[in-house]
Amino acid sequence: MITWIRGGDLIDPVSRKVEKLDLLIEKGKVSRILPRGSFRENGPRTRVIEASGKLVIPGLVDMHVHLREPGHEYKETIATGARAAAAGGYTAVACMPDTAPPNDCRSVTEFILEQAERAGSIRVYPIAAISKGQAGETLTEFGDLKEAGAVGLSDDGFPVDNSELMRRALEYASFYGLRVISHCEDRSLSGEGVMHEGVISTRIGLSGIPGAGEEIMVYREIALAGLTGRPVHIAHVSTAGSVELIRRAKEGGVRVTAETAPHYFTLDHQRVMGYDTLAKVNPPLRTPEDVEAIKAGLREGVLDAIATDHAPQSPLEKDLEFDRAAFGMIGLQTALPLTLQLVRDGVLGLAEAIGKLSWAGATILGVPGGRVMEGGNADLAVIDPDYEYRFEADQILSRSRNSPFIGQVFKGITELTMVGGKIVWKRK
Amino acid sequence: MTKFEHKDLLGMGPLSVQEITLILDTAESLKAISERDIKKVPTLRGKGIVNFFYEPSTRTRTSFDVAAKRLSADTLSLSASTSSMVKGETLLDTARNLQAMSPDLIVLRHPSSGAPHMLAKEVEAGIINAGDGINEHPTQALLDLYTIREKKGKIAGLKVAIIGDISHSRVARSNIIGLTKMGALVTVSGPPTMIPVGIETLGVQVVPDPSRAVQGKDVVMLLRIQLERQSKVLFPSVREYASFFGLSVEMLRRANEGAIVMHPGPLNRGVEIASEVADGPYSVILDQVANGVAVRMAVLYLLIGGARSDYVDQGR
Repeated sequence: MITWIRGGDLIDPVSRKVEKLDLLIEKGKVSRILPRGSFRENGPRTRVIEASGKLVIPGLVDMHVHLREPGHEYKETIATGARAAAAGGYTAVACMPDTAPPNDCRSVTEFILEQAERAGSIRVYPIAAISKGQAGETLTEFGDLKEAGAVGLSDDGFPVDNSELMRRALEYASFYGLRVISHCEDRSLSGEGVMHEGVISTRIGLSGIPGAGEEIMVYREIALAGLTGRPVHIAHVSTAGSVELIRRAKEGGVRVTAETAPHYFTLDHQRVMGYDTLAKVNPPLRTPEDVEAIKAGLREGVLDAIATDHAPQSPLEKDLEFDRAAFGMIGLQTALPLTLQLVRDGVLGLAEAIGKLSWAGATILGVPGGRVMEGGNADLAVIDPDYEYRFEADQILSRSRNSPFIGQVFKGITELTMVGGKIVWKRK
Repeated sequence: MTKFEHKDLLGMGPLSVQEITLILDTAESLKAISERDIKKVPTLRGKGIVNFFYEPSTRTRTSFDVAAKRLSADTLSLSASTSSMVKGETLLDTARNLQAMSPDLIVLRHPSSGAPHMLAKEVEAGIINAGDGINEHPTQALLDLYTIREKKGKIAGLKVAIIGDISHSRVARSNIIGLTKMGALVTVSGPPTMIPVGIETLGVQVVPDPSRAVQGKDVVMLLRIQLERQSKVLFPSVREYASFFGLSVEMLRRANEGAIVMHPGPLNRGVEIASEVADGPYSVILDQVANGVAVRMAVLYLLIGGARSDYVDQGR
């Protein structure tokens, strides 16, 4: 059986070309990429996927999600998270270790992979904890975790305060070729803060999280990467200062990569006015100037990847007083349209934008995907970049609905998502 | 004539100059009730008011209670220890349960900024913010405005210094919004650890040195120093705070002739305010308390008694 995706424009993030190419898929792989119209064999053994007027893109790869399983299945499971991801055009996600128990040992990593297998949808790559229990004291068994299937290391959500531990993590991880991902936050500075510290926090009487708390740790990681000569990846960059630090570090040859999330280039701290807990996220939504700097960082390549930091929270965590509510917002089904807006606004080219959502994350983590190639896995999506719709709560496939974008009009939607030749999402 | 068409009183921001003036004028006519032999009018008879205090409070809670009783409303008091909050019930659930008993107003004091705003979206009853976290305490600002107008005959054009922990004071925030709206010129003062970023965007001047800040002022408003914040590295010791930022008689001499001194209470004598100042002739601290009842009566009346016009005692 051959699957023929015909009539679409194929995007290649590496060559940055958008070309009129058809695809043939056999046994889960892309067997041929050929000029539109050159393949005509529409026989009984051929399944046709009509993509005319649409874009065919490499399946998106999200290097930063929280799938909440094991332990917080009432917020999300690997199956529900995978379904939401597939609907968002993702064919692979890397899940952070802050589960209960945390992913700090082989058995949890294996459990995550088994659950992903059982869900039978997209690829799930576990990120393991840097420290046991994410307590910031002793390293986890990087080697064993890698053998079990972990693709990276992070104490996301519980940043490593101890600089020596971070230094040793960078050094030790390099032996196994695992990338260390740092959630940069000086927790002594963020204190009891619940939103960005600035004119809005002053105005509405909420405790602030200063941008400096992120930048101090971004600089620490850059200094440690310089000291050790090992690579480090900075998660969810949110401030202009961080962008500047990373820019200078890259210019100086430090091996640093960075991601940001769609909410940091779309929303600013004014969204918190009215105490809407859906806008409570860590790092917090910053100033309009920071938003512009994040866009510039993406445009200039300082920020390599766009990850969602998809963080499901149930009403139990969100229908509370603002300072008691949990941080986090979901993002798997909104990242594509929000990123396409950057293309329409002239911030990024189309292939470049898709690359930041796919190729960049895959490359940083060293996992397959992010590009449609002959002989490669048939991990791809067909999207309609011009389809306009109102994003409603009932479209959310995640188990949690904590999105600040509900009710917003979006342009761009995923029509179909394919993983290893199997269709895992098709829009009705 | 100005109409008052709010369901809730969440902060000073949504109030117009005309509405603030209406509240103060209403308070003025209601104040007389408290000075009579029979301190009660039937204006809010049959109305139910819940005083819901998640944080300890003596002054504000008593003031609301007295205000409601003088207008003949039925009041019910709940505190964090008597509410189901100690049993793990969320604020919204507690509020929905209260709503099921159909109160007309809920007066809420809560440690979380924005808690009354959340409640206001959820319940039909009107919400009065009686202090939310470090955000606002609008009835305090209204009673302060009332006291200033009473003592000074006006608000617009007056020079006001607010001294203390501006960052963590809901009294300061409400007063800054209210005073600037009414045309007063506001200076805030205190150790730089207690001055929030961007406070000047609210239209105030920042003068950290209090002896300079009081210079040429008509009103000096002090804030209560929360001694527990000492542990949060905002200031090293009470002794040092008192000697550099406490208001002394000497410091007060730099203020304008006839300047008044205000404090929302409770006082830390010898810390933010010297006893001689608190008890001196320029102190209007107890007037603030007395006016608090009248202003809260006005707010209750305007929020839920607006359809009636019988607040003027028939016996008058």
